Amino acid sequence: MVLLSLKNCLWLSCVLRTPKACFWSTASGGLIIQSVSNDVYQNLAVEDWIHDHMDLEKQHVLFLWRNSPAVVIGRHQNPWQECNLRLLRQKNIKLARRRSGGGTVYHDLGNINLTFFTTRKKYERMENLKLIVKALKALRPQLDVHVTDRYDILLDRQYKISGTAAKLGRTSAYHHCTLLCNADKFVLSSVLKSPYKGLKSNATPSVPASVKNLFEEDPSLTSEILLDAIAKEYAVQHQMDHHITLINPADETLFPGISNKTKELQTWEWVYGKTPKFSISTCLNMAYKDSVLDVKVNMDVKHGRIEVCNIDLPEQWLPPGLYSELVKGLTGSKFCPNETTTLVTTLLRVCPQDDELHSRWNLLCDNMIRLM
Amino acid sequence: VCIHRVRSCSSIRFIKSKYVCVFDKSALKFSHQQRLFRTSAVSCGQIVQFKLSDIGEGITEVTVKEWYVKEGDSVSQFDSICEVQSDKASVTITSRYDGIIRKLHYSIDDTAFVGKPLVDIEIDASKGVASEEDVVETPPMSHEEHTHQEIKGHKTLATPAVRRLAMENNIKLSEVVGTGKDNRILKEDILNYLAKQTGAILPPSPKAEIVPPLQKTEAVPAAPKDKARKMPVPVSRPIAFSGKDRTEPVTGFQKAMVKTMSAALKIPHFGYSDEVDLTQLVQLREELKPLAEMRGVKLSFMPFFIKAASLGLLQYPILNASLDENCQNVTYKASHNIGVAMDTEQGLIVPNVKNVQVCSVFDIAVELNRLQSLGSAGQLGTSDLTGGTFTLSNIGTIGGTYAKPVILPPEVAIGALGKIQVLPRFNGKGEVFKAQIMHVSWSADHRIIDGATMARFSNLWKSYLENPASMLLDLK
Repeated sequence: MVLLSLKNCLWLSCVLRTPKACFWSTASGGLIIQSVSNDVYQNLAVEDWIHDHMDLEKQHVLFLWRNSPAVVIGRHQNPWQECNLRLLRQKNIKLARRRSGGGTVYHDLGNINLTFFTTRKKYERMENLKLIVKALKALRPQLDVHVTDRYDILLDRQYKISGTAAKLGRTSAYHHCTLLCNADKFVLSSVLKSPYKGLKSNATPSVPASVKNLFEEDPSLTSEILLDAIAKEYAVQHQMDHHITLINPADETLFPGISNKTKELQTWEWVYGKTPKFSISTCLNMAYKDSVLDVKVNMDVKHGRIEVCNIDLPEQWLPPGLYSELVKGLTGSKFCPNETTTLVTTLLRVCPQDDELHSRWNLLCDNMIRLM
Repeated sequence: VCIHRVRSCSSIRFIKSKYVCVFDKSALKFSHQQRLFRTSAVSCGQIVQFKLSDIGEGITEVTVKEWYVKEGDSVSQFDSICEVQSDKASVTITSRYDGIIRKLHYSIDDTAFVGKPLVDIEIDASKGVASEEDVVETPPMSHEEHTHQEIKGHKTLATPAVRRLAMENNIKLSEVVGTGKDNRILKEDILNYLAKQTGAILPPSPKAEIVPPLQKTEAVPAAPKDKARKMPVPVSRPIAFSGKDRTEPVTGFQKAMVKTMSAALKIPHFGYSDEVDLTQLVQLREELKPLAEMRGVKLSFMPFFIKAASLGLLQYPILNASLDENCQNVTYKASHNIGVAMDTEQGLIVPNVKNVQVCSVFDIAVELNRLQSLGSAGQLGTSDLTGGTFTLSNIGTIGGTYAKPVILPPEVAIGALGKIQVLPRFNGKGEVFKAQIMHVSWSADHRIIDGATMARFSNLWKSYLENPASMLLDLK
């Protein structure tokens, strides 16, 4: 196994960056690369870049990457339905939307990601997953791992250790999957549980599964050992050198235009705005003075923005003018706690300075913001 | 009549391409004009049903998840039409034709079938139908060029708009480096090529010019590097500007600003400015910064400005008041909740530090740190953003000296702080010394505040800051 250190790799690519022998057009038919970054957006941008710019006729690529804590939702999913956004914000866990389909996953450094890039014609997920199982069995023959027809890899016939997703373009395709080595299962289960009620949507739902880390089965297994075993098996199957090249996703000279891709993946319009249209129908239970008010709320959210908003308040609980200002303000606004907070606190500036009114307003708005 | 015209034009074009050696350049121009005329006439091409092609893995049906086009849109070959999903795979379907979308056969969340029509596209009659494999699209140039490109075996991908731009500027597409998807030539590539031609930018090394299509990514790393080394020199380019106006609805943050500022307009503002000599304060802060850091707090100048303002408000409480809607009553607020204008990615927000009148400078610094980190994370709560009674805006951190701040209702006064500049000043002995000068610009509601009150408050605030030791006398 030859793992080039970062310094060597940079030197190598500098030397090789002449038209004759270029980093990207290596002699053999395959390339194994590993990201030096743990930033989920940068790594997803590498996938985009390779998918859009590399000619995969001559060579296929295996991309190995790991991320610091992040939740990654599928292309057509609804983040409110899939995870606890409040908890994510509190714990500073990033939220990313990938371009491939499939369900929601939690990434941290104990999870490895593998992306198999091929031409559209050579797209074959089962083969890739069988390669991984073969590598695992070669490493530890006693491991009971197998591929299901849902493209999951199960440990001991019951625990999911890998989930799969794919993206197909006009000429190229990629299949990527996770592999649980030593992830924090406690955080995983708490962030992937959505507290939001009353959501109705046609977004792709995730299928929850019991998970287990390979580390729990065999404590001698680390992410590095697993990555290496899989790279070795890939090299054998594609008849190429078993050598992993380290790449830096922030390197514009190696990946021209990648910083734009990274930026796009972080925009609100992509992460939240691409959520398929959904509606919320729920009831706020507001404790006010000595009673509890049940306030029905109905909202339609499209492109992440509130299209329609109805709040069923008791008559005259708020002055009607103020209520209509609230609804007017929310309509067209992002379904986002930050934006809503700014809006409602500003509206408070221009309404009568009455303590009772202010406390009712704050109560209602805080409850509304909790829905987001 | 129109249709007849179209047919005669296209037949002229076919004749031209066969006998190009006979016709001279003027004939070329003639056909070019004819072609433009033809495209502005009513389009009457044939409608083709674009079927959903095989996805692979034996999949026969998919769910349509997103449309990138709508009926009436014009598309070019390889433009994305829609996104479909099947069993954890998301597939981007791209167009095989140039033309106009006439019908979408499915709505979002419908099931689409492989082999059945997905969209109907009306294509230009003369262009013909693209074959299943990638097509060598030739720009409308002379026959010789066409042959030249076939010999090279080039695939020059470019939209009709880009091709027109190239032709208008007499550029051979084969000599332009395409940086778009699949090496497609974009408008920017034509503009860059033109810039090089006019000599505005030094000629790059030869390897960057021609891109062999098979090794897609090889030359691309070289080109941007060259571009990065050159200083952009403004030059008049012989090309048309095709930027478009963009209209967006006013929502969220902007809507909030519109509301606040429209209400502020009703307040008759007057302004009052002065300069403050912060030389002693700068020194004091330098001494106290490490102490604060030991306690884990970043100490800026703001806590001092805020505390001094609160001490001033104790003497001039009308500046911490609120006038009701009908201007019938003035409410003197007991708490000094001093707002600090904060610039975030989304826009201007004003969280406030509560009850400054009972806080020490250090307490204020702690609270400011908390508000700043919440503000940049976009996680400020409603209580942080409401209840303010007086505001300071430290615009000087970005720049500027004098400002004309706008009062945030229901408050009656606001101060804008310029940047600290090192300027020469005279001391008591008539000597010139280096002074750290900051300008402050106050605005107040002239319905209940008069100039003299504002001036006296400003003088008091200024004296606390110019001689920080005097704050000790009045600190509560």
